[in-house]
Amino acid sequence: MSKLKSTGQQTADAPTPEDAFHEAATYEDREKGKAPGEKSAGPVLAADGTPLKRSLRRALRVQKMRALMLIAPLLIFVLVTFIAPIADMLFRSVENQIVSNTLPNTVEKLEGWDASQEGAPGEEVFESLYSDLFLASEAKEHTRLGTRLNYEQTGLSSLFRSTGRDVDDIGEDQIDALEDFNEVWEEEGFWFNLMSGGQGAEKDTALVEEQRRRLAALTGDDYDAEIGFAPGAAISDLLPRTARAYTAFALFTVVDDEDVVAEEEPWEAVKVALIRELRAGVDLSGYDGPGAAELRATQDMVADLKPIEFKPAFLASDEDWGTNDIWTTIQMYSPPFTSGYFLNAVDMEKTPQGPEARPETQQIYLMLFERTLFMSLVITGSCILLGYPVAWLLANLPMRTANLLMILVLLPFWTSLLVRTSAWKVMLQQQGVINDVMVWLGIVDDASRLVMINNQFGTIVAMTHILLPFMILPMYSVMQTIPPSYVRAARSLGATNWTSFWRVYFPQSVPGIGAGSILVFILSIGYYITPEIVGGTTGTFISNRIAYHISSSLNWGLAAALGSILLVVVLVLYWAYDKIVGIDNVKLG
Amino acid sequence: MTITIIEPKPISFVAPVVAAFGAFAGLLVGTAQGNSLLGLVGGAVITGAMAYVFLQVVRQERIMRWLTVAAFAIAGFLLGGVAGGIVGTLFGWFFGWLIFWLGEGRYRAKLPPYTTSLQVFYHFLFRVICGAVFIFLITPILVVMPLSFNAENFFTFTPEMLALNPEGYSLKHYRDFFTNDNWQQALWNSVSIAPLATILAVAFGTLAAIGLSSEHVPFRRPIMAVLISPMIVPLIISAAGMYFFYSRLGLQGTYWGVVLAHAALGIPFVIITVTATLVGFDRSLTRASANLGANPVTTFFRVQMPLILPGVISGGLFAFITSFDEVVVVLFVGSAGQKTLPWQMFTGLREQISPTILAVATILVAISICLLTTVELLRRRSERLRGMSPG
Repeated sequence: MSKLKSTGQQTADAPTPEDAFHEAATYEDREKGKAPGEKSAGPVLAADGTPLKRSLRRALRVQKMRALMLIAPLLIFVLVTFIAPIADMLFRSVENQIVSNTLPNTVEKLEGWDASQEGAPGEEVFESLYSDLFLASEAKEHTRLGTRLNYEQTGLSSLFRSTGRDVDDIGEDQIDALEDFNEVWEEEGFWFNLMSGGQGAEKDTALVEEQRRRLAALTGDDYDAEIGFAPGAAISDLLPRTARAYTAFALFTVVDDEDVVAEEEPWEAVKVALIRELRAGVDLSGYDGPGAAELRATQDMVADLKPIEFKPAFLASDEDWGTNDIWTTIQMYSPPFTSGYFLNAVDMEKTPQGPEARPETQQIYLMLFERTLFMSLVITGSCILLGYPVAWLLANLPMRTANLLMILVLLPFWTSLLVRTSAWKVMLQQQGVINDVMVWLGIVDDASRLVMINNQFGTIVAMTHILLPFMILPMYSVMQTIPPSYVRAARSLGATNWTSFWRVYFPQSVPGIGAGSILVFILSIGYYITPEIVGGTTGTFISNRIAYHISSSLNWGLAAALGSILLVVVLVLYWAYDKIVGIDNVKLG
Repeated sequence: MTITIIEPKPISFVAPVVAAFGAFAGLLVGTAQGNSLLGLVGGAVITGAMAYVFLQVVRQERIMRWLTVAAFAIAGFLLGGVAGGIVGTLFGWFFGWLIFWLGEGRYRAKLPPYTTSLQVFYHFLFRVICGAVFIFLITPILVVMPLSFNAENFFTFTPEMLALNPEGYSLKHYRDFFTNDNWQQALWNSVSIAPLATILAVAFGTLAAIGLSSEHVPFRRPIMAVLISPMIVPLIISAAGMYFFYSRLGLQGTYWGVVLAHAALGIPFVIITVTATLVGFDRSLTRASANLGANPVTTFFRVQMPLILPGVISGGLFAFITSFDEVVVVLFVGSAGQKTLPWQMFTGLREQISPTILAVATILVAISICLLTTVELLRRRSERLRGMSPG
């Protein structure tokens, strides 16, 4: 009678607005089918005079809204407390902004560099590296970058740490010469006047905003505070790098050190930038702002100085800066998103020639994934073997006995996971209960007690025990619905014990096996606690490695990538479970 | 009714079977006494002879069974003290029962009369296998309990314990649990986190389950998939994601961070149990109530709530036990200030092995027995309320 398929579950009681809606639709169709010329009764009206169809549709809409309003709070709660964290983890597995945030200018300059050529890039890149690294080491962010890049190439962490210490000394001689030539270059007030262009001068606020963003990206802190300084437009035009370095210094001084800009002597990087720009021959003739005379005199002086060379300075700090590998790595990991973590997670690495397999000695994750899958399969298999007879027995015993025996299944199910894991530790240890009993019975010698813990065997036994109820319960609920008369019929038709079981009973119990297996497999593939305690080194799962990367090695990106792969596997299985069993049909207890 | 033929079996069948069991029991006793072969042969001969005498000569079931128990108990006591006496009593009871059960043919009582001997054998073999699986399921839990009363700091049975010597037992691990600050702090943390997480999960979950059970929910399947996902996603992944995300929000290492995380983990259980209860809920009751003039809130609290309460409570218990037992997420989302009982047990198992863990485990088993009983009673009550036969 109804034309539309009903959504939602049928509760099979009183008629609902939706039923009436379908009735009305059918009624209308019948009207349309009438031969022309026949008199139509017109639309059916509800009690208040509106067409029945519209009135019913409104009622339906109100019901839908009410249902959604009831669900909304929980949905939002789960989205915020659970789905958002998962999404964040997925994001972290590809996110790689730390390189471009810490070394923005270097990354820009490196773009054009051809990694296949021998040695390191040219002076230009090193100059950008100097300004980036100087700021980063002031903000103490260079070690973080070093740690990050160290995951890709060992040695980079110490390289960044040591060079971060030496970077202050680059251009030392030239700065000394500058300060000897005129003492004003050591005066905070003079610098402040020079850079701010004096009272009432036109300001370059765009530069301040740019540096705010730069520092915020670098440190992750907020740099929106009022700093009482903005570079003068004239000086910023004339000496752009010096102005940029000084603005960064000003922001850092106010926000991080909580000092006043005009009372602090600028960083070496500012002076280095000034010397570089003066030597490059800027035209000072049109400039008449504060400090114009000193600038002109200094320009003449610095022309005679030895040039500041960054590349030799970096190489003097650590000769690794001259090698091709370092720069290849930096260039490869400079984009804001990377597939590097995922490649790591499947034992591959990024190279300029594209992804390549790691050397065999460094391969670990594929082996761990394989082991996780293998052990989960073994656990699922042993759960089926042990669970099937028990489920059959429970389904075929009289209700009262079955309920009593059910307690033996449900009690482990309700017992704390850690209680069961500690129980297995007690049982399986070399000085444990099982070994003691076997020694007492003379099955094994006291000197050669069996090693049953801290290996795969221990993990499999303990997890089979822990997950067995999850296998028995779905099997039991399926087997309860199989009528015993089928097997009896098969037997009376001449089937043997085995045939009647294999051809008649077993096929009907397959849905239970499927449901239980997927459930057990999903649960075991992501297990952490039990393998951690009884698994030793050979019985651990991929989840133990994830936990290790989160809490010990702090390689969060790799942990997130491993987690994402595991999540995809589980979601595929979840989807299969939904297809076979339906999420709504999950039963507990 | 099945027609069963119970008739005495020939001694040529009973005696060897009993002797086989006796040989096995004798092997155990003999090994414990240092002479396996003598035990094996002795056990077979003694029990075989007993079967012959009981069935062919005396045939006084009640008297002979008592005699067997007494004889075995005394023999056991002489060999191994009190513990030996208890084992002897059990053996005596078993063999007395076995001889007459087999000899009178009572073992066929519940089987169809046409079953062949081989089928009878398979039937009991199957029972034995199932029994072994049940033992596998329950032994670890049972072993923990007596060990928690160990007077020594060992994880295994001491000779004094096996001899049932009172000096082998003590409550010192329980005393340690109740006086040690670490354990008490952990207990307090667990007790203060779990109820709040449960309340959050139950409040949100019940509302949503009611919404989900109405007929006209758009996007029902995707919504359900999202709400159930905390149960399906491996805990280590949830923990990792929450650790990353909660540290961005400043919730990592706070009480509320752990409570929110645990509430999210408990929600699927509430949804599943309450939805299951609502399947059988008669919707015309709410219409009748509305018809009689009750507003939706009154209808909810006076009509719907009392009927679905068993489901709500068992869902709440599930959520509670989830939070109370949970260790992976709290390990990452919490800090030292939120150390819960399972966390303390986990560190205990990994680092300093102390039998106090077994005392805690025993207490937790007692708690889970209480919860299991409650849930089971609630389930039956709910099925009664909905007019289903109590299972």
